[in-house]
Amino acid sequence: MTRPLLDVDGLVKQYPVTEGVLRNEVGRVRAVDGVSFTVDRGETLGLVGESGCGKSTTATTALRLEEPTDGRVVFDGEDVTAYDDKALKRFRRRAQMVFQDPTSSFDPRMSIGESVAEPLRVHGMRDRERRRRIVGDLLERVGLDAADVDRYPHEFSGGQKQRVGLARALVINPDLIVADEPVSALDVSVQADILDLIERLQAEFGLAIVVISHDMGVVREVCDRVAVMYLGEIVETAPTERLFEDPQHPYTRALLGSTPVADPRRRGRGTKLTGDVPSPSDPPPGCRFHTRCPEVIPDEAYDLDAETWRAVLNLRLRAASQGVDVEAVRTYAAADDGAGAADPDAVRAAIREEFDLPPTLPDARAEEALSGALDRIVAGDVDGAADRLAEAFPTVCRRERPGLVPEGTDLSADEWAAIKSLRAWIATLVDADESAVTDRLERRCADDRDRDGIDRLAVRAAFRLPEPLSDSDAERSVGAAIDALLAGRADAAADELYEAFGPLRESACHLNRD
Amino acid sequence: MTEPLLSIRDLRTVFHTDEGLVRAVDGVSFDVGRGETVCLVGESGSGKTVTGESITRLIRTPPGEVADGQIVFDGRDLATLADDDLRDPELERDIAVLRGDRIAHVFQNPQGALNPVYTVGWQIVEAILLHEDLPKAEARARGVDLLDRVGIPEATRRFDDYPHEFSGGMKQRVALAMALATNPDLLIADEPTTALDVTIQNQILGLLGELQDEFDMSILLITHDLGVVAEVADRVVVMYAGKVMERGDVFDVFERPSHPYTRALLDCLPGRGDAGARSIGGKLPPPTDPPDGCRFHPRCEHAVDACRRGEQPPDYAVDGDDDHVVSCVHYEPGGDPSVVRGEEAVPADGGRPVGGDAEDEGDDG
Repeated sequence: MTRPLLDVDGLVKQYPVTEGVLRNEVGRVRAVDGVSFTVDRGETLGLVGESGCGKSTTATTALRLEEPTDGRVVFDGEDVTAYDDKALKRFRRRAQMVFQDPTSSFDPRMSIGESVAEPLRVHGMRDRERRRRIVGDLLERVGLDAADVDRYPHEFSGGQKQRVGLARALVINPDLIVADEPVSALDVSVQADILDLIERLQAEFGLAIVVISHDMGVVREVCDRVAVMYLGEIVETAPTERLFEDPQHPYTRALLGSTPVADPRRRGRGTKLTGDVPSPSDPPPGCRFHTRCPEVIPDEAYDLDAETWRAVLNLRLRAASQGVDVEAVRTYAAADDGAGAADPDAVRAAIREEFDLPPTLPDARAEEALSGALDRIVAGDVDGAADRLAEAFPTVCRRERPGLVPEGTDLSADEWAAIKSLRAWIATLVDADESAVTDRLERRCADDRDRDGIDRLAVRAAFRLPEPLSDSDAERSVGAAIDALLAGRADAAADELYEAFGPLRESACHLNRD
Repeated sequence: MTEPLLSIRDLRTVFHTDEGLVRAVDGVSFDVGRGETVCLVGESGSGKTVTGESITRLIRTPPGEVADGQIVFDGRDLATLADDDLRDPELERDIAVLRGDRIAHVFQNPQGALNPVYTVGWQIVEAILLHEDLPKAEARARGVDLLDRVGIPEATRRFDDYPHEFSGGMKQRVALAMALATNPDLLIADEPTTALDVTIQNQILGLLGELQDEFDMSILLITHDLGVVAEVADRVVVMYAGKVMERGDVFDVFERPSHPYTRALLDCLPGRGDAGARSIGGKLPPPTDPPDGCRFHPRCEHAVDACRRGEQPPDYAVDGDDDHVVSCVHYEPGGDPSVVRGEEAVPADGGRPVGGDAEDEGDDG
C-alpha cells in the first residue's frame, strides 16, 4: 500500500499569552506553525531540533493529547482532528507515546506488571490472568524477565525503565509509537541498547515510529527519514543519510556542524551560530532562521561576503530590536583610551569591533550607508540608525517567508502546500463510497463559490491549485487525482497522489531556489 | 614541566549510607597543569562529579567524607587542611577563601546556580565583594565588564535583569561571569553544557576557551560527552566506578584508545554513520560492593583471570609513553595489548608500571 499511516497537514498549535486577572489575551505563542509530514507503516521518522522548536508539541497535538489550533491529522484514512471522545479512545489504542524520563512516567506505588497492564485494563481487558501473561511475554520481548512483573519501578535502572516504558506502549498492539527523547535521560552506554531495541521492535511489530530528539546522533542511528524543525516550522525533510551527507538548509548544516564529534583533530571546525533562538511568541518575519543564519543572502546591489553581510545584519537587527547602548560603548571606549571622554571615532570603532565589522566595508556604497548609521547611533538616534540600516541593507530572507519546496520538481512552495492539503483531505475519504465522496466534495467546494456542478476548476479553486501547475509531471498526477475524485473514487485519487509525491525531500530556504 | 597547579593523588571519597560504605572515588590520581584543560569523563556513577566536589570540599559531611589522599593545589594540600580539624575556624576560612576565590565551580544547571529573587548584577557584585574589599560602584563596573566578557549583549542594561529574563545559554554565561568574578586560577566546570542545546553548547565551549586564554586559568571539565572532550580537552581522565581507567593526552586517548572501557565508550556513541553504535553490556557494579580486580571486568569482553583478582591494576604506560597510562592487565610488561586493540601486536615490553596507586609520579614528562 502506498498510502502512509499518518499524514499530518498544516498542523498549528498556538497558546494564548494572557495578562492580568481578566486573562486578556495579549499575544500568542506559535509553538507549531503549519507543520506537515507523513509516516509510513514500518518507517521511523525523526523530528529533530533545539528545545522550544515545537517538536514535542507537534507530536502531542498530532496524537490529540492537546487540541490542535488548526490543521489536519489523517491516521489510516480517518481524520483524527474530527474524532469524538469515543473514536479518540479507539485511536489511543493504535497510537502510543513513550516519554523522555522513564522515572517520572511510572507510578512508584504500582508494580511494573500493573503499570504495563494498565492500558489493557483501560481498554477493557478484564481477564487478569491473560493480562499477566501478555505482560510477562512483552517484558521478555523488550529484554527483561517475565518474573519482573512484581517488581517496582525503583528496582530498575534508567535503561530498564525505558524498556518497561516501551513494553507499556506496545502492550495494546499499536500501529504508531511516538517516542519523545527516548534516550536522552540515559547514559550513552545504554542508549545504543534502547535504540537497538526500538529498531528490533519496529521490525517485529511492523510499527510506524516517530522519534523526537535533539540529538543528531540518535536520529542518525534509528531513523529512516528526518524532519528538521526550527521555531515551529519544518525547514527540511530528507532520508536520513542524505540529510547527513548533503544537508540543504543552512539550519540543518548549522545543527550538524554544532554537534561535537569525538575526534580531537576536527575540533574548532564546527559552525558557530550567533545569538539565541527567538521567542515563538514573536517570530522574526521572513525566514525564521535569518536572524542567526550564517548564510543569509546578501543583497545583489552590494559586493560583500557572507560573513560581513552577517555582521552588518547583526547590527541592523540589534539596532531594531534591543537598541544599541551608546553610553556603554562610550564608557568602554573611554576606558580603553584612558581618556576622560571617548571621541566619536573611538565609539564608532568600538561598535564596529563589537559586531565584528571591518574598519571599512569593501563595498563603497555599503560603507557609506553603514557609517551614516553609525553616525546616528553616536548622535544618540538609534531608531534613526535602525531605519537607515533596514533601508540600506535589505535581504530576501527577511522580506519573504520561504516555504517547503520538494526536490526535483518545479513546484512553487504554495503549489506544494496546496497539493499536500488536497492529498490529506482526500486521504480522509479513502474508505467512503462514491456518493459520500461526491457529497463531501460538493460541500467542500461550496465553501468557496457558488457553482452548479462540481468540475475540475471548482476543485482546483477550492484547494487553491493553479492550472496548470509549474511542474508538468505534478500537473499530470494532480489532474488524474482530481478526475478520480470527481468520479467518486477517493482511494484511487489518494493512491495517485501518494505514489507521485511519496516521501519527497523538501527544504525551505531562498538559497535553494534558482 | 613546572609543577602542576592541581595535583590529586590517591583521592578517596566515601559516603556512609544505610546500605553501607559507598566508595564513590576510590584512589584517583591526576594533575591539572597551569593553563591546561583536563576533562574528567565517565558515565553517571563513575565518581567524576564527586572528584570535582572533593577538591573544593563541597561534599556534604556527613554522610560524605574525603577519606584519604592528597589534593595539592598550588603547593598546599587541601585534603590535610580538611582533615586536621573541621571545627578550626581558621582552616575553614582558608578553604572558603580558596573556594570561589582561586577555585571556582560552574554547574550543569545554571537555573539552580542563580537566585531567582535577585538581579544577576546584584549576585555578581555579591560574588565580587565576598572576596574583595571594593567600593560598590567599582564592583558594579567590574560586574558589567564581566558580563560583557562572557558575551552578554547590552551588558549594562542586562545587569539589572532577573535570572528568569535570560535564556538557558545566557544564564550559563551569567554563572560563568560569577565564577570568574575573582579571577580564579582553576575553574571546575561540571557538565556546563549538558542542559543546553548543541548550538548554544558550541558557543559556551568556544567561550570557555577564550576565557581560559584571557584569564590564564586551568579548567577541569567534567562531562559524559566524548564529543565535548574531543572539542576542548588538552588531557583526558577516563573514570569508571570510582577508578581511573585511562589517562593521557587527548590526541593519544582518541587515536589510540587503550582501555577496553574507553574503547567501549567510543563504540557506543550513536550516529557515527559507520558500523552503528554498540552498547556496553551489563551495568555499573553496585557502589557498595564493587568487584575485585579491575572494576570493569564484569562488562569487559577481554577479561581474563588476572582481571578478576586483587586490586584495580596499576597504571601501565601505553606504547612506552609515560603520559598515556592505562589501568589494564593487558598492558603490563610482557602483556599483549593487541588483545584489546585488535591490531598487529605491539610488544608491551616498554610498558613498565607508572606510578602505582600509592606511588608518586611527579617526574613524568
